[in-house]
Amino acid sequence: MSGVDYLSPTTIAEAVKALGQAGGGARLMAGGTDLLVQMRGGRAKPQTVIDIKRIPGLMDIRAEGGGFVIGAATSGAVLGEHAALRKAWPGIVEAANLIGSTQVQGRASLGGNLCNASPAADSVPALIAAAAVCIVEGSNGRREIPVEKVQISPGKMSLAPDEILIAFRLPPRPAKSGDAYLRLIPRTEMDIAVVGAGVSLTFDASGTCMAARVSVGAVAPTALLVEGAGMALVGSKLDEGALAKMDAAVAAACKPISDKRGTAEYRTKIACVLARRAALIARERAGA
Amino acid sequence: MSRVRISTIVNGEPVEFLGGGGQSLLDALRDELRLTGSKEGCGTGDCGACSVVVDGRLVCSCLMLAPEAEGKRIETIEGMQEGSELHPLQRQFLEHAALQCGFCTPGLLVASKALLDRNPDPSETEVRYWLAGNMCRCTGYDKVVRAVLDAAAELRQERPR
Ligand SMILES: Cc1cc2nc3c(=O)[nH]c(=O)nc-3n(C[C@H](O)[C@H](O)[C@H](O)COP(=O)(O)OP(=O)(O)OC[C@H]3O[C@@H](n4cnc5c(N)ncnc54)[C@H](O)[C@@H]3O)c2cc1C
Ligand code: FES
Ligand code: FES
Repeated sequence: MSGVDYLSPTTIAEAVKALGQAGGGARLMAGGTDLLVQMRGGRAKPQTVIDIKRIPGLMDIRAEGGGFVIGAATSGAVLGEHAALRKAWPGIVEAANLIGSTQVQGRASLGGNLCNASPAADSVPALIAAAAVCIVEGSNGRREIPVEKVQISPGKMSLAPDEILIAFRLPPRPAKSGDAYLRLIPRTEMDIAVVGAGVSLTFDASGTCMAARVSVGAVAPTALLVEGAGMALVGSKLDEGALAKMDAAVAAACKPISDKRGTAEYRTKIACVLARRAALIARERAGA
Repeated sequence: MSRVRISTIVNGEPVEFLGGGGQSLLDALRDELRLTGSKEGCGTGDCGACSVVVDGRLVCSCLMLAPEAEGKRIETIEGMQEGSELHPLQRQFLEHAALQCGFCTPGLLVASKALLDRNPDPSETEVRYWLAGNMCRCTGYDKVVRAVLDAAAELRQERPR
């Protein structure tokens, strides 16, 4: 890692330009908890590291348009300390706070978690369930894309080579809404999800589910939005029939690998269990 | 790449050093500043032996680049003792024999202090979760946790709130 240039631009335009000029030889860095591990292991060999943390707006959380805008490089520790965000989106915050140790939390960001493009990234199913949108900017200007459209395959993203993820936009939260994220790991801390599931629900006054989004992680090459699972819950009071339909939709969507951490069959079964449990927690948080 | 001049505040003292672009903060602390208390157990964020506090945040110095330290306040194990007095955490680690080889100890102490600075009265569970990123292959953690809880009690008595 000795021959690496370090840049810390203070505007998005400067960062986009540096990224373009480097023509593939540069990597963006937020918290560095993935990138620096990869550089150390020789899997990433950038000539230039572009630190995006000094760019205004990338490290904070703003209330905007009834929802929130979270800077892409904001650390998990900062998310966990934001009372209003925790109240509106407890599932996103709990997913972000599951990443690594206290030390890793001091640096790890939602943007890095998504852009590392690991199928097991913990915050991604929670962000997808929340219908979070990415604000990205490159030499062709600014655009917005849903989180579920960013990862293409392990390690691959749909962003252009000179595009930077600036922030996540979280929609306004209707009354009686709740979200939750659960993951299975063989111990209680410091491990990579065998399966993860994020659910976000909105209910009406009578306790009927009006809107539902279900996302599962680590059971396919990317985190998945399981539209059929959400549809199974809408119009129900999360009775056994609706939950069974959700199970079927989740199981049908899962395309996991078998490895030492779990067989495909086990992962599929667990995805259903976690989605159910997350749905029930989300309902409780919604106060429905 | 050329080395760059980096200005920081380390344990309250303004410090300038030359660091390379790809050099970790841990390597800079150890090799440029000769602050060898922070250890490298893994270099990949797993063990916590390199724990330092940067602008009030506990981080792994192995997973931070030296030039990122520009303008930041860094606290390391070397700054923990007050004059010739050991910090209560350091004393309690000794009392409880919460170390054997001692390789993990600087990281555990820095991480424990970061906890007590924000939560003076943690439960045992809170201590265990907070320290989950600090590996120790010798002690089995029990003595560490008891030392932290006793140090917390001592600090609460010293500085009643
Ligand atoms: C000890 C340890 C434990 C971990 N545990 C977990 C865990 O439990 N769950 C989990 O999901 N992950 C875990 N991780 C992985 C990692 O911490 C997370 O993925 C984290 O969220 C990455 O964020 P970062 O800011 O550090 O990313 P970085 O390392 O800075 O970046 C990651 C990747 O994304 C790119 N990138 C970063 N920001 C942007 C941006 N704004 N726009 C475009 N590209 C960008 C970088 O170029 C790089 O390729 C762990 C890592 C360690 C070291
Ligand atoms: S040396 Fe930094 S975490 Fe192990
Ligand atoms: S005392 Fe030896 S590793 Fe902790």
